[in-house]
Amino acid sequence: MTAEEARGAGAAAGAGGEPVLAVEDLTVRFATRRGTARVVNGVSWSVAEGETLAVVGESGSGKSVSMLALLGLVPRPPATVTGTARFAGQDLIALPEEALRKVRGPGIGMVFQDPMTSLNPVLTIGRQLTEGMEVHLGLDRKAADDRAAELLDLVGIASPRERLASYPHELSGGMRQRVMLAIALSCRPRVLVADEATTALDVTIQAQIAELVAELQDELGMAVVWITHDLGVVAGIADRVAVMYAGRIVEEGPVDAVYAAPAHPYTQGLLDSLPVLGRPRASLAAIPGLPPDPAALPPGCAFHPRCPIRGDERCATEVPPLRPVGADGHRAAVFYDAVAARGGEATDAIERGAGTGGGA
Amino acid sequence: MRGLRDLVGVVVRNRLAAVALVVLGLFLALAVFGDAIAPYGRNEQQVAPRLQPPTWSHPFGADEHGRDLFSRVILGAETSLRVSVVAVGIALLAGVTLGLLAGYYRGWVDDVVMRLMDMLFAFPAILLAIAILAIRGRGAGNAMIAIGIVYTPIFARVTRASVLSVREEVYVRAARSVGAGDLRIVTRHILPNVATPIIVQASISLAFAILAEAALSFLGLGTQRPEPSWGILLSDGRDYVQDAWWLTVFPGLAIFLVVLSLNVVGDALRDALDPRQRSAVESATGAAA
Repeated sequence: MTAEEARGAGAAAGAGGEPVLAVEDLTVRFATRRGTARVVNGVSWSVAEGETLAVVGESGSGKSVSMLALLGLVPRPPATVTGTARFAGQDLIALPEEALRKVRGPGIGMVFQDPMTSLNPVLTIGRQLTEGMEVHLGLDRKAADDRAAELLDLVGIASPRERLASYPHELSGGMRQRVMLAIALSCRPRVLVADEATTALDVTIQAQIAELVAELQDELGMAVVWITHDLGVVAGIADRVAVMYAGRIVEEGPVDAVYAAPAHPYTQGLLDSLPVLGRPRASLAAIPGLPPDPAALPPGCAFHPRCPIRGDERCATEVPPLRPVGADGHRAAVFYDAVAARGGEATDAIERGAGTGGGA
Repeated sequence: MRGLRDLVGVVVRNRLAAVALVVLGLFLALAVFGDAIAPYGRNEQQVAPRLQPPTWSHPFGADEHGRDLFSRVILGAETSLRVSVVAVGIALLAGVTLGLLAGYYRGWVDDVVMRLMDMLFAFPAILLAIAILAIRGRGAGNAMIAIGIVYTPIFARVTRASVLSVREEVYVRAARSVGAGDLRIVTRHILPNVATPIIVQASISLAFAILAEAALSFLGLGTQRPEPSWGILLSDGRDYVQDAWWLTVFPGLAIFLVVLSLNVVGDALRDALDPRQRSAVESATGAAA
């Protein structure tokens, strides 16, 4: 299948609210010396054209690995990946490397976390920008350069022509992240995966990049999967949010619903740990404890050891399945009604979510 | 082409490196045009000046056969430089290719390649070269191959070690995420980022190869007498070191100058090849001017 076909098929699938990318029961395991590390444990989500899905979770929750697994970018072995990922009429997980290579770029574009290390220090910006176009679109040097300059202009870099000859170290972090974005967009992907794309940047630059992605999304009509641990960023830009913990989705739904009435104690903890402007606190609320070791997950709910509620005795022995807790597909992996268990505190989170959302 | 001119510019701006480059250029000219430059033929004997100390007509003196040492040092440059450049070229090509393969693909490729390199590396260098020459026969051509094989594991190891760290860089993953294939990733992203230690290693190896050629020729396995090479001159002069110091000092000086220049240029190249260093050098020299 050519790059054009891949995009065409993707566009067809995206029409009429059909998901562009639908991940079903994805698991990623790593063979380690200490046994099997179960990093991603049966994750399902989908994203439609023009939609933004935020995947939220702390470090080690399996967010990034699940995205890399989709594109075949985790080394197999030691990793084993199972599940399906429907994209453009094919299953990415089962796709051989050669076919998958054609999806990377025109199908799914990726922006990585650290703009300081994700550009090759010895190549000019221009060479790196044109790479994907040379691979997939077969453009010659001149045409690729023209388009590279357009892309730099698109992501808001001044005097793009001259910038093509710059080396990465001559650019600031924000500029580099814009370049990374331009690279990811260079083959007009159907899906853009932004893996902690703003985490390493200043807060003001974060907002700029987040807004830029939203604008480009409107302009280019792509689906965006925004991986982050920062709920503040999510609130401003996402349509739906999926909260991951220990390789599982523990809560998902429309962003407003999840912020207004977080049903899972982990989501509640995350929202509580957000700093709020103009509301001084002695210290930020932290979730006590650490995420579990993926090589030794607890038998029941993975959050159980840290959970302040533990509303049901099955929490310790059974993994709670995702079940509807609200309208529009708001679901959470809890056995009990957490909002009730927490009392009226949910309103606290609404304000907070809205407040930081406006900031982002 | 513009990149190459920039590179030369940066190297030249470093004054020591500029001098070293000129010295190397001179020796290169000697190697190429030696026959035209040398005042006497390579094996021309004269009865009068046997073991004569340096004079105006024989600036480096004469050897025990009455041959003009100045001419023989000039003519020896060709052999010595050719053998070392070709030998290092062989080692560079083989070693870097093997190192890239081993470091990039890991797994069994890595095991097979690196264990082979370990086996080569386990032999003392000269012993291995002698063994290869024993199989292939003596002569300058086989000496190049032998030295090339002996130095291959060094390049393979240096390359592999750098590749192992570079392959895990985010920019390699980023290149993969836009669909770049193995060949493109290795040649465009990994090779330029591992070039620095390889270049430095090459400049050092060139120096060692000159010495290795000298050693092999001394043992009668490399360049064959009466052809002059610096190694042969040095080993022949050794017999007279008490009475005729010039026979060892001048060839030794030639080796010393070339080896030193190679190291200085290698150093400057390392700085110049790193774009971060390059702009630092540019702004530093710009400020000084």
